[in-house]
Amino acid sequence: MMNWTLALPEAALACAGLAILGAGVLPRRHDMFFPISMAVIGALVLAGVLVLGQGDGAALAGQYVSDAFARFSKVLVLIGAALALTLALDFNQTDRDLARFEYPVLILFAAIGMMLMVSANDLMTLYLGLELQSLAAYVLAAFNRDSERSAEAGLKYFVLGALASGLLLYGMSLVYGFVGTTSFDRLAEALTAEHAASLGLVTALVFVLAGLAFKISAVPFHMWAPDVYEGAPTPVTAFFASAPKLAAVALLTRVLTQPFGELSAQWGQVLWLVSAGSMILGAFAAIGQRNIKRLMAYSSIGNVGYALIGLVAAASADPAVRSEGVRALLFYMAIYLLMTIGAFAVLAAMRRRGRPVEEIEDLAGLARSDIGMAVWMLVFMFAMAGVPPLAGFWSKLFVFRAAIEGGYVWLAVIGVLTSVVAAYYYVRIVRVMFFDAPGAAGALDARPASLTVVMAATGLFTALFSVAPGPLLAAAQAAVAAIAG
Amino acid sequence: MAITLAHYLIVAAILFVLGIFGIFLNRKNVIVILMSVELILLAVNLNLVAFSSALNDLTGQVFAMFVLTVAAAEAAIGLAIVVIYFRNKGSIEVEDISTLKG
Repeated sequence: MMNWTLALPEAALACAGLAILGAGVLPRRHDMFFPISMAVIGALVLAGVLVLGQGDGAALAGQYVSDAFARFSKVLVLIGAALALTLALDFNQTDRDLARFEYPVLILFAAIGMMLMVSANDLMTLYLGLELQSLAAYVLAAFNRDSERSAEAGLKYFVLGALASGLLLYGMSLVYGFVGTTSFDRLAEALTAEHAASLGLVTALVFVLAGLAFKISAVPFHMWAPDVYEGAPTPVTAFFASAPKLAAVALLTRVLTQPFGELSAQWGQVLWLVSAGSMILGAFAAIGQRNIKRLMAYSSIGNVGYALIGLVAAASADPAVRSEGVRALLFYMAIYLLMTIGAFAVLAAMRRRGRPVEEIEDLAGLARSDIGMAVWMLVFMFAMAGVPPLAGFWSKLFVFRAAIEGGYVWLAVIGVLTSVVAAYYYVRIVRVMFFDAPGAAGALDARPASLTVVMAATGLFTALFSVAPGPLLAAAQAAVAAIAG
Repeated sequence: MAITLAHYLIVAAILFVLGIFGIFLNRKNVIVILMSVELILLAVNLNLVAFSSALNDLTGQVFAMFVLTVAAAEAAIGLAIVVIYFRNKGSIEVEDISTLKG
């Protein structure tokens, strides 16, 4: 059964990508960045509309699946990619090296990779989607090719990413050898309780988990994230922290709950440690940072730890706790995506006399020179710290509640304590903006309109989420019903 | 002595471990790291093809073809990044890759 029309969003986006790439190359001009970016944003919106109209079912001989879970993740991936590109519009145009039309095209191809990742129903599709996303991301990290820091970020990301793909693939080859199939459906059928305990299969699962933990930058495979986040251009960092992270977490959720659902006793323990380690490292390692992009890298490691609490709860034997856990995880990642992009919009606006600045001290006195941006940053920082009634409070509340209902009380305790520690450095940024005197270097440049749009859209969502939480909760609930029923 | 599935798996495991050690113990230059990555992917391919033949199932060989294709793309991008790194820094010694830390 080929039924390729089900994969129409990906097919349409891939065709649009090739056409846009041609449109960028053929005119032989150097000012194609802006028109090509607009075309890519249009293509992402079109793909989003097609995703909303997608039906349920499997396609391409069972390699590809479309369900509410995939659609929920895809819509968020497309929103993340479109916002990350909007955030790059002004930043890239002020730097001749970054204003190249390849930039939006690479984001588009990464978006196709992420859509395939969340729709994968076979280890092969999983690998190809992940690699399409990663290969585009390696190039993006090194995009500022005359900057030593950007080239080093690209090199580190490439080497460690390739190693992670190698671990993942070795695990997948062992899964294939032990079970005899790569299809998620047939893996789920074959891995019934008596088959599950095989030592070889558990080894294979550990390799797969290690490879995917690399991609979501969870402890102990987080070491690339701070260097890459610091060295890559700010809009690229914003992209890395948002859509690819959400797609990889969604992929991990599908792989663990569907084909490897019967091995939950094994992966549940591993994820408990990964989640606790990420939360602790994210909270403590960020305290001493002075570079704000590096700080956001540790913050994102911590946030992945909180999101994984939901996945630990999904290892529970009780079906109600399982679906509660997956719902909390999806909800957490959706809110994290928008909060992070908003915070990075503020970082992208940090320029002094046209040059980007990245130290926390550079925000000193922002409340006096640009009160609007300071207030948006305050909203994002308080939301990340989990202050009610901002969106970040509810997302944390849901994962902690899932953990307590599943009996993982210690994980919830670690989560609450580390979020208190993390609140210290989020609040420190607010203090620097509102109470420190401006430095001798002078005020930051005026922020461009495109960043104001991103800040306002994500900021309003974060601040006013409590007014109407219904639609997001309902969408997450429908997504959970598709995989953890 | 007949060559069985176990022999293929052991060779693949040795190649895989060599690749991993090549990445972590190598102090000389980045090209060796790229070669180690290729070694890991070849170990995976050997595994896939050996399992495919033992299970009498074609999926593994199809998978191996995809891995080969992706490995080629990955090598091209890796070398391109090494080239721009060398243009900026004038060296590809592993120990020199330390501007970003903290």
